[in-house]
Amino acid sequence: MAVIYDFALQGAQMLLVLLMAPLLTGFVRKVKARLLSRKGPPLLQPYRDLLKLMRKDVVLADNASWLFRVIPYLVFATTWVAASLVPTFRSGLMFSWTADLIAIIAVLGSARFFLALAGMDAGTSFGGIGSSREVMIASLAEPAMLMIVFAIALIAGSTQLSTMAAFMNSAEVGLRVSLGLALIALVIVAVAENARIPVDNPATHLELTMVHEAMVLEYSGRHLALIELAASLKLLLYVSLIACLFAPWGISPAIIAPAALMIGAAAYVGKLGTLGFLLAVFETAIAKMRVFRVPEFLGAALMLALLATLLRFVSRGF
Amino acid sequence: MMVTVALFGVLTLVALAPIAIALSAKPNATGFVYGACLIVTLILFLLALHSLLEHPAASTITLPLGLPWLGAHFKIDPLSAFFLVVVNLGAAAASLFALGYGRHEESPQRVLPFFPVYLAAMNLVVLADDAFSFLLSWELMSLSSWALVITDHRRAENRRAGYVYLLMASFGTLTLLLAFGLMAGGDGAYAFDAIRAAHPTIGTAALVLILALIGAGSKAGLVPLHAWLPLAHPAAPSHVSALMSGVMTKVAVYGFIRIAFDLLGTPQWWWSLVVLALGGVTAVMGVLYALMQRDLKRVLAYSTIENIGVIFASLGLALAFKAYAMDVAAALALTAALLHVFNHSLFKSLLFFGAGSVLTATGTRDMEQLGGLIHRMPQTAFVFLIGCTAISALPPLNGFVSEWLSFQAILLSPQLPSWGLKLMVPAVGALLALSAALAAACFVRAFGIVFLGRPRSSEAAAAQETDTNSLAAMYALAATCLIAGILPGIFIDALAPVVQALTGARMPVQTGAEWMSIVPIAESRSSYNGLLVFAFMVITGMATAFAIHRFASDKIRRGPAWGCGYPDASPLTQYSASSFAQPIRRVFGSLVFRAREIGTMPPPGSRAPATLTVQLRDLIWDFAYAPVANAVGLIAERLNYLQFLTIRSYLTLVFAALVILLMVLATWP
Repeated sequence: MAVIYDFALQGAQMLLVLLMAPLLTGFVRKVKARLLSRKGPPLLQPYRDLLKLMRKDVVLADNASWLFRVIPYLVFATTWVAASLVPTFRSGLMFSWTADLIAIIAVLGSARFFLALAGMDAGTSFGGIGSSREVMIASLAEPAMLMIVFAIALIAGSTQLSTMAAFMNSAEVGLRVSLGLALIALVIVAVAENARIPVDNPATHLELTMVHEAMVLEYSGRHLALIELAASLKLLLYVSLIACLFAPWGISPAIIAPAALMIGAAAYVGKLGTLGFLLAVFETAIAKMRVFRVPEFLGAALMLALLATLLRFVSRGF
Repeated sequence: MMVTVALFGVLTLVALAPIAIALSAKPNATGFVYGACLIVTLILFLLALHSLLEHPAASTITLPLGLPWLGAHFKIDPLSAFFLVVVNLGAAAASLFALGYGRHEESPQRVLPFFPVYLAAMNLVVLADDAFSFLLSWELMSLSSWALVITDHRRAENRRAGYVYLLMASFGTLTLLLAFGLMAGGDGAYAFDAIRAAHPTIGTAALVLILALIGAGSKAGLVPLHAWLPLAHPAAPSHVSALMSGVMTKVAVYGFIRIAFDLLGTPQWWWSLVVLALGGVTAVMGVLYALMQRDLKRVLAYSTIENIGVIFASLGLALAFKAYAMDVAAALALTAALLHVFNHSLFKSLLFFGAGSVLTATGTRDMEQLGGLIHRMPQTAFVFLIGCTAISALPPLNGFVSEWLSFQAILLSPQLPSWGLKLMVPAVGALLALSAALAAACFVRAFGIVFLGRPRSSEAAAAQETDTNSLAAMYALAATCLIAGILPGIFIDALAPVVQALTGARMPVQTGAEWMSIVPIAESRSSYNGLLVFAFMVITGMATAFAIHRFASDKIRRGPAWGCGYPDASPLTQYSASSFAQPIRRVFGSLVFRAREIGTMPPPGSRAPATLTVQLRDLIWDFAYAPVANAVGLIAERLNYLQFLTIRSYLTLVFAALVILLMVLATWP
């Protein structure tokens, strides 16, 4: 019985992230529009877009190979798996030990690897420019992310997200310099990884400074729907990650009490709303960077995270 | 018993060389020699696997060969059994690949005699149990591989590669000779048992470690001793390149482990500092060099350097833990290193085979001439993609597992008491993370330029899929990569006797863990389950595809790619290998390679073409190798006049030399 219950909870988390992801994207768009005094599309517009894209024919480039058709499913599946391994409303789920935080980052790395390959498949310079910039950004964002993981793991004594969340929720944590540095670095990495302003602009097409959108330019129909859904899931993943590491309040530990679960779910929705709102404000307040200023931006994240890790090595107090 | 059978196998391989010479004119010589190599190495592989898994007592033999008072000692203990597995698995795969690939050989008589000897020599290095046989086998390995490097000796660059390789190999052997000499002491106690029993002073041990690091490191490709590797490995035929990169570098790692972990006894903590620093720098430099290359095989050779860096970084960590008697942590770090040795031998061989197939199909290794091969060589593309994913340390394949174990070992290191290590380890961790991310970029570039897009030359457009034997070898390696990635527990457990013998501890038993997870320390601390990650990806991916095709749409139309309104763009407008690397060159290259881009734009109205020149400087070559080469040249020039003296002057010189030597002898304490 308990197994079935655990299984159902894990399934619920998978469904929850899948259903919430477009809503978060829609919410950020809406808030951004309101901040710019526009009315903005309705909150549910991303769902409608996805359904519309799903029903449309796929138009493949003449030169596209089998890999190009497989990649959307691969990217979607890997991102979804990664997103459902991050604790949202309850920690210690049935499969939470499948991958620790390092492995989750690497699973996302797999998704990016394949997406970058897809950009090069059609044989146009747009795909190439997107892929080559994407891997350049990743080559700095990924080590920065790993150093952030190191810093937090050294404080929590674990790379297991459930254990980390439980530790961050306990009184043992306190205010630490290294945690502060890690948080700043994590925000920078999250912005870059999700192709948000100031690193990239998710709203533009056919602009020379774009990265992610150039890479997926040749996708259409259901393939594009999957890629967009994967992008929403990734945004949700990073928001959940920040929430679970730095605002773990309300995540119910492994107690089977419906009330605790409801509180956890409500807290999760609240956290998504808050962080999504902050993201929209941040994006509205800042201008997009030139692409070669991005390495400096991410280099700062790498250095901050490295500093946080070094502090942990040097002294247990920081 | 075991070791006797293994030596018989080696003897058979050596005996194949004269047969190959006799046969080489016959058309079926290739099939015979590679077939025989395949059978013998498979037997040796099974034998080694048996010794490793069943771990019977170490099996030794002393033959009345070599130095009269010493004899030739051979032994199979867990460490050598593991490396025999690596060597013979790689050798068997290369022989199988060569059954197909070797048929395209232009001059088989230049490859066939040396190939079995090379295999025999690598086995002998691992089997040797005294310094004399070790060095002799090491030298045999170097010389036979040198002969294979200059197979295509008509090309000047290959001759130069052979020359540089020969120099570096002799230099490496010299330092190893000195290292063993120091360990054996004045009495010439060259047997490894005698060396183990002798306890060198701290100073001697340190000197031995440095010499071993230079000797083994130059063979493995540690920066800055790597200069020969990217020249020599690509020059050889592809199956030999695979062996040199995938296997011979591992034999070098074996040499280092044997000396540093086994023969020298308890390490000093600062040894690890040197090894860690070299490993971290090698990892990042290797992959940055790889990103700048346009020759596919050279990309792979530089990526070998990167992986050797990763292995040495883990070894350094293991040394540090061992020095402070943190046995469990040392076992974790050493397991990470050994697992990466195994993994890298798999995917690097696979990738070199793929490069060989591309070379056969198109006649070029220049990535700027390739493209679109996924349409014409779909199977090669598929296995090459698996190799690329594995080497980029991406789950659920095997490269990620060893990388993950290294990171877990790094997370244990704040408990190290020394301040030097406290500062060094996080820096090395950052370097490893950087190298992993750059490796992914490097292999997106390698696969994307070679296999995706549109063909950049008529040769690439006319390529044919490679033969069945080559494909079988590549599929076998790709399957092993996947199995090692999703069931790593089995492989970690197989390494336990090796790690136990060298560090006195082992990782917890993995195969009993729930759902086949791997748990290095405790489940609350960290765990990874490749099988479930793989299963989740496959199931969700397939279910999504099914659901969408069933309920939404499964129609496909073809149309031209979006070209901004310019129709029929030439394939040359695609991103090329160097343009793909441009952002990374701009971010990292200006520091590491002093990269400069010089563009000239003709004035308006002029019809001259605009040009862009990229200048890269190999600073290590310029500052470490070129001065030595110049100094040697200068001295040789100055001493040249000694060749044109009269007989009287020569006699005087001989007499003077004699007097000086006698005086030295007389005053010797």
